[in-house]
Amino acid sequence: MARTGPKNPALRVLVWLGVILAVLTAVLAGGTMAGQASWAPKLALDLEGGTQMILAPKVEGGSDINEEQLNQAVAIIRQRVDGSGVAEAEISTQSGRNVVVSLPGTPSKETRALIQASADMNFRPVLQSGAGAAVPAESRTPVEQLPKPTAEPANSSDDNWITPEIYQQFEALDCDNPSQDKQERSDPAKPLVTCEPAAAGSPAIKYILGPVEVKGSNIKGSSFQLQRGAQGAVTNEWAVNIQFDDEGTAKFKEVTERLYQFYSAAGGATGTDPKAQFAIVLDDQVISAPRSLAVITDGRPQITGGFTEASAKALSDQLRFGALPISFEIQSEQQISATLGGEQLRMGMLAGLIGLLLVVVYSLFQYRALGFVTVASLVVAGALTYLAIAILGWTENYRLSLAGVAGLIVAIGQTADSFIVYFERIRDELREGRGLVSAVENGWKRAKRTVLASKAVNLLAALVLYFVAVGNVRGFAFTLGLTAIADLIVVFMFTHPTLRLLARTRFFGEGHRFSGLDPKRLGAVPLYRGAGRIRTPQDKPAVAVRAKNTGATAEAERRMTIAERRLAERQDQEKQGQLAGSSKSSSKEGK
Amino acid sequence: MASFATFGNELYTGKRSYDFVGAKKIWFLIAAVAVALSILLPVAKGGFNLGIEFRGGSEFTVSNVQTTDPAVGEKAVTDVVSGSVPRVANVAGNTMRIQTDKLTDDETLQIKDGLTKAYGVTQNEVTSTFVGPTWGADVTKQALLGLVIFVGLAAVLMALYFRTWKMSLSAIAGMLVTMFITAGVYALSDFEVTPSAIIGFLTVLSYSLYDTVVVFDKIRENTHDLQASTRRTFAEEVNLAVNQTLVRSINTMMVAILPVGAILFIGAGLLGAGTLRDLSLALFVGILIGTAATIFIAAPLYAWLRQNEPDLVKQAKRVEQRRAEAAARNTQPATA
Repeated sequence: MARTGPKNPALRVLVWLGVILAVLTAVLAGGTMAGQASWAPKLALDLEGGTQMILAPKVEGGSDINEEQLNQAVAIIRQRVDGSGVAEAEISTQSGRNVVVSLPGTPSKETRALIQASADMNFRPVLQSGAGAAVPAESRTPVEQLPKPTAEPANSSDDNWITPEIYQQFEALDCDNPSQDKQERSDPAKPLVTCEPAAAGSPAIKYILGPVEVKGSNIKGSSFQLQRGAQGAVTNEWAVNIQFDDEGTAKFKEVTERLYQFYSAAGGATGTDPKAQFAIVLDDQVISAPRSLAVITDGRPQITGGFTEASAKALSDQLRFGALPISFEIQSEQQISATLGGEQLRMGMLAGLIGLLLVVVYSLFQYRALGFVTVASLVVAGALTYLAIAILGWTENYRLSLAGVAGLIVAIGQTADSFIVYFERIRDELREGRGLVSAVENGWKRAKRTVLASKAVNLLAALVLYFVAVGNVRGFAFTLGLTAIADLIVVFMFTHPTLRLLARTRFFGEGHRFSGLDPKRLGAVPLYRGAGRIRTPQDKPAVAVRAKNTGATAEAERRMTIAERRLAERQDQEKQGQLAGSSKSSSKEGK
Repeated sequence: MASFATFGNELYTGKRSYDFVGAKKIWFLIAAVAVALSILLPVAKGGFNLGIEFRGGSEFTVSNVQTTDPAVGEKAVTDVVSGSVPRVANVAGNTMRIQTDKLTDDETLQIKDGLTKAYGVTQNEVTSTFVGPTWGADVTKQALLGLVIFVGLAAVLMALYFRTWKMSLSAIAGMLVTMFITAGVYALSDFEVTPSAIIGFLTVLSYSLYDTVVVFDKIRENTHDLQASTRRTFAEEVNLAVNQTLVRSINTMMVAILPVGAILFIGAGLLGAGTLRDLSLALFVGILIGTAATIFIAAPLYAWLRQNEPDLVKQAKRVEQRRAEAAARNTQPATA
C-alpha cells in the first residue's frame, strides 16, 4: 500500500475527495443555472405547508386491493387532482396499500370530494361529436337556430336530449385547452357534454352524450389480444375484449341493436353517423368511443381499430380497474401550516447546532487537537450530505421533512462515533508503544473493520425502515442511510488520510501534550516516537540505519527507504516483544 | 482529561478492571427486574398514553396565540359540536393544541374558523389534522414488521461477520432488553406514544446493535488466538475487551446523546410536543440503556454462553494450572 511512501496515497485520496465534492457542487450549480435545481434542499410538506392525505382504497365487496389496482387507483387520483387544477400535487403509493396525496395549500371541499369518490365508469351513447376546439364565438349557431327538443326523449340516443343550453355548452367547450375547474360529478340520467382528450395520434374530440345506459360495474372483465381474422389467423391488429355480466349483457344487446340501426342506415363501414358510437366514459371523460358494428348478444364485445399494443393494454386496464368501484377512505388528513413547520425547523436547527457545539466541545476536551479532525470531518460529512440532499431533491424530488431533520441531527452522534472508534484504536496502538505513524496505520487496519461492520448494521436498519415502514419514517430512514454512507466516505477519504498526514507533523508526531496523542499521557513506553528522536542505548541499531539520513525532521523519516523503515519497525516490534513479558501490555500486533 | 486518559490507560492494560462478566448474575437479575417492571407497569397503568394517531380524532394547532387560556379553545369546539370534550393544551410558548374526537369536514372547517377568531390569529396559523384510527394501527403493524425483518437480517449479518451465532444471540438479547426498558420508561414518563416515538424506538434498536458490534469486534480480536495463550481465561478476555472499549463506549454515548439531549431539553422546552421531542426522548433513553445493555448484558451473556465449550474449559484449566505454578514459584523462596 505504501509503495510510494504513505504521504502520497494519503494526499491522492484527499484530492479525490476534493474532486467528488467539486463534481457534486458543479452538478448542483449546473442544475441551478439551468433553473431546475436549487441550492436549498426541497422541503417536505410539514415544513413547507400544505395538505397531506393518506387514502386507503376500498374495493366494493371488501376484497383486497392488489398492486396493479393500487397503481390504477393512483392514476385515477392523479387524473382527478391534475384536472382540478392543483399544481405540484404529489401522489404516491405507500407500502403497497395506501395512496398518499400531498397538495400545497388547502384543498377545496370539491377537490376533497373528488379525491375520495370512487372511479366512475359508464357507457353512454353519442348524440353528437365534433372537433375538440371551441367554436369561435362569431360562428356559433344563432339562438333561434339552436336545436330544440320537440318531444320527451324516447331512449338514450334520442336527439331530443339536446336542449339549447346543452348545445351552447357543446359549442363553447374547448377540449384542446380543457378548463381547470372540474364540475360536479355528472348526473347519469342526464346528457353530458364532454371531451375525449387528445392522445398520441388522435386529436381531442368533443361529444354530447346521452344518459348512462350500461354501468361500469356491469363489466366482468376485459383483456387485449391480437385480433383474429376471418380464417382465425392472427392479424397485426390489436383488439380489446370486454366481458359483461348478465345485466350488462342484456342492456348491451338492447343498446347495440339500436346503434347498429344508425350504423346500417348511415351506410355501414363508410358511414359517419356519430349516433352509431358508444362512448366509454371514465370520470366524465371519454376514453374511447367505438362504433357499434354489430348487435352483440353474448355480452362479449370487441373493440378494434388503430390500437397499438400499449394503447390496447391501457384501455383494457382502464376498463378493468376503472370499472372497479374503488373508493377511497381518508385515513389521515393533515393540514400543515408552514408557520408551524418552520417554527419546528428553526428550533430543531437551533437545538441541532447547540448539540453540534456540545459535540465539538466534548471532542476537543477528550481529544484535544485531534478533536479538530473530528470537527473538520463532521464539516465534510455535512457538506456531502447537504449536496446529496439538494441533488436528490432535484433529480428524485426528495424532500426534507422534520423527521428527516431529526435524522440528520441524530446522525451527528453516529457519524462522530466512527472517529471515536478510530481514535481510540490509535491510542490503543500508542499504548502498545508504537510510534504515531505505525499506530495510525495499524489502528486504521483494525478500526476499518469495526467501522464497516457497525455501519453495515446502521445501513441495514435504514434500508429496512425505508422499505417497510410507513409515513414520515421513510424520510427519517433515508437521511439515516444517507448520512451512514457520507460517514463511510468521510472516514475513508478524509479522516484517515488527514491523520496519516498529521502523523508526520511535529505537533502530532512528537505527541505534543495538546495533540490528544501524547504517548506519555497514554501510558506508553516510549519506544519509537517518530522521526529523529533520540533513542535509548538499546535502540542503537535503528539509529544506525537511520543515521544515513541525518536530518532530524519528519522529512528524514519520509525519505527512508522501505527496507530501512521495515527494519526500524521490526526492531521496534522485537523490542516490544521483549517488554511484553515484563509489562502487562499485550503484543498481539507482532503476529 | 489527564485523569480520564489515565483511566483509559489503566483500563487498557488491565491494571484497573471492572468485573462486568464475573458479576453477570447481578446484571441479569437487575435486567430481568427492569424488563418485568417495564412490562407490568404499562399493564398496571392501563397501557401507554397513545397519541391521536392511534386513537383517531382531529387535532388543531394554533400558533402565535394572544391568550393561552384553554377555555377559549374548548368553547370554540363546543360551539360547533356540543357535548364534545376537547383536550386543550398549551404545548409551547404561544402554541395551543386542541384534540377532539373525529369530526366531519364541515365541523373541522367551522372549528378552524372559530379557533382563528378565538385566539386572534390568522387562518394559516391554525393547522388541522385528521387521523383515522386505522392509521396508527397501520404504522404499528408496519413498524413491527420492520422490527422483525431488521432483527432477522441483523442476526444473520452478525452471525456471518463474527462467525458465531452465540454473539448474534447475545447482541439481540441486549437489544431486546434495551427495547423493553425504553418502552417502560416511555410508559412511566407518560409521554405520548406517537409515530415519531416509534421511529425513535426503531433507531434505538439500530443504535443498540451498532454499539454491541463495536464492542464484540474487540472481544473477537482479544479472543482470536486464545487457545495459544494461558494468560487469561475466555471470560477474562471478554471482560478485558469490555474494559478496553469502555472509554470508547462512554465517548460514543456522550457524543450520540449530546445532540439528542439538546433537542430533548432545549428543543422540547421551546417547541412543546412534536415530532422532534417524541423522537428525542426515545433516543435519549434508548442510547443510555443500549450502551449499558452491551456492557452489562450482551458481553457477559456471550461469555456465559460459551463458558462450557470443551475447548474453552480446557483452556481455562491451563490458565489455572499456569497460575497455580506461578503462585507456587512465587511462594517457594519464602518457604525455602
